[in-house]
Amino acid sequence: MTDLIQNAFAGVALGSTYALIALGFVIIYKATGVLNFAQGGVLAIGAYLAYTYTNHIGIAFAVAAALACLSVAVLGIGFERTVLRRMVGQPPFAVVMVTIGLLFVLESLVTVVWGFDHRYPTNPWNVQTVAVGDIVLGVRDLWTIALTAAAVLALFVFFRFSTLGLAMRVTAFDPEAALAQGISARRVYAMSWAIASALGALAGVTVAAGPGGLSPEIGLIALVAFPAMIVGGMDSPAGAVLAGLLIGLAEALTRGYQDQLFSWAGDNVSTIVPYLLMIAILLIRPYGLLGTKEVRRI
Amino acid sequence: MLKGAQRPHHRLVRGYADDLKLWRTPWSRFGLAVLVTVFLALPIVVQQDFWLSVLIYAGITAIGAIGLNLLTGYAGQISLGHAFFIAAGAYCAARVGGDLGLSMPWWLLAAAVAGGVLGGLIGPFTLRIRGFYLAVVTLGLVFIGEHVWRNYTGLTGGNSGTPVNAAAAVGPVDFSQLTIAGETYSRNQGYFWLVWALVAVVALLAKNLVRTRPGRALQAIRDHDQAAEVIGVRVGRHKIGVFVVSSAMAAVAGALFGSYQQFVSPDEWTLLLSVQYIVIIIVGGLGTIFGSVLGALFVGGLPALIDRYSTTIPGVRSGAGSDGIITAYTLNAILFGLLIVLFIVFEPRGIAAMWLRIKAYFTSWPFTY
Repeated sequence: MTDLIQNAFAGVALGSTYALIALGFVIIYKATGVLNFAQGGVLAIGAYLAYTYTNHIGIAFAVAAALACLSVAVLGIGFERTVLRRMVGQPPFAVVMVTIGLLFVLESLVTVVWGFDHRYPTNPWNVQTVAVGDIVLGVRDLWTIALTAAAVLALFVFFRFSTLGLAMRVTAFDPEAALAQGISARRVYAMSWAIASALGALAGVTVAAGPGGLSPEIGLIALVAFPAMIVGGMDSPAGAVLAGLLIGLAEALTRGYQDQLFSWAGDNVSTIVPYLLMIAILLIRPYGLLGTKEVRRI
Repeated sequence: MLKGAQRPHHRLVRGYADDLKLWRTPWSRFGLAVLVTVFLALPIVVQQDFWLSVLIYAGITAIGAIGLNLLTGYAGQISLGHAFFIAAGAYCAARVGGDLGLSMPWWLLAAAVAGGVLGGLIGPFTLRIRGFYLAVVTLGLVFIGEHVWRNYTGLTGGNSGTPVNAAAAVGPVDFSQLTIAGETYSRNQGYFWLVWALVAVVALLAKNLVRTRPGRALQAIRDHDQAAEVIGVRVGRHKIGVFVVSSAMAAVAGALFGSYQQFVSPDEWTLLLSVQYIVIIIVGGLGTIFGSVLGALFVGGLPALIDRYSTTIPGVRSGAGSDGIITAYTLNAILFGLLIVLFIVFEPRGIAAMWLRIKAYFTSWPFTY
């Protein structure tokens, strides 16, 4: 039992990270119809910026993390302005490829600026743990869960109660009607890139504070968050959070019981569990758990 | 017929058959002759192994790219899973050509069949899953495949890879040491002829597919699959069919890749490879066969050139110890990314469109259109 809870806790923590990244995907997809592959690069830049702010400039970790989120949000707006806006009206496939291009550029930039070595950002969490009965909870994991919950709550409030949030929902629902009501589509697009990038940076910071530290491969986690987005349904923020947790749980549980139950499937089978789960769920529900079924006309 | 009627002008179209002709104008026949001459003469004129190997890799890539272009450019199904099928072909060549020791037609055929069967298994997904969902599912295929390649050691040799001893020989003709009229040619020369001859065969197959009924069906599906279904195109059959053909071509490319390189390991079949193929068809031109070949030459050749001339490009580090801001590898990745972005923003229809513009300029000269 202790094992199960321990693994499930690890799963929720991992799932929170996925949920943060997947939320970023969904927000951009809903607002602009773009599947943003560059999120992994943005995440890496955010994490490295936080590292630079704390370790080289000497800012307190919390401030540095917030600053990193802000800087990356500006970066996201920059992309939207310079590259993505030119792509309006192009086939969606082409736009996706542009974001893949951006991903390559960003990941390479990371290695140019920070090199290939592992880095360890100074952070207050480190490897501290809290014991609850027999269960050992990592402080970083707890913070990841808490930060994700806070971010989800903040986003909910933002979309539900703020004018800009309402404008974003309207634009996602019907861009032309939104324009007719005087909503600036540019602001909405820029804002959605900013929010998504900030979420990515937040996820990056929490991952980088972990035992693995920072390496240029950190962006790869965004590729694992793709199934979370797809399983939840591409246009459903709630689905992204739900599926993120689900996939995190599945992955952590498989890892935890690798030796007992999954030794036949080869080492590290947990790394492909998100994809297997995604394929299984998509076969049953082609538009994800909470996604809207596309209405198609001739 | 009118008395003294002359032969009609070569551009006169009097039916569908004229439209579908492959080599319609004298110029295109001349172009074909030039291509054949270049094909035959190039390995003799250019004997350096470096250039030949760049061209051989480009040719192998072109075969896979033609397959992907059928799937993505013509049928509109986005697939990030091409690397999976290429890997399957390479391992198939290793086992059938190497372990069983069968001759080249057999291992090429076996790879094509293996790729086709795998494609046929994955293809039905496209019936239910569309657009971006399909892109991410095929993305998952790459990772699942990588797991299989690393763990199913009997087939793939696991992490450490496997030698591929598939000999490029048909009966007495051995392409790795070709002897024609007493003259022996090097392995690279032989492979050049082999690979580019296969490129021609595959390109012809693909061209024949797309200029006839199935090709028109695919394009109708790409443009609007429901409308296509309404006008009588059997969407399911064509979607699965194009997946089978495309995967078979990818597997053939993989088999050739393995046979030429003589060794393959799971590190090669990553998402990067799939993306590279997509870049090729975008840079070359979506929905064109010759664009796939041009793209493969361009995208395949560029990294090799940068690698080779990295010492002379300022700011590039050639080795671990030397000065410079970035390594050739990083520069490649950045250029790769920029190439995608710039091409899509400024020339979304690729090199093929540039070529067609140039051609149109000369055909309509002195008029501008």
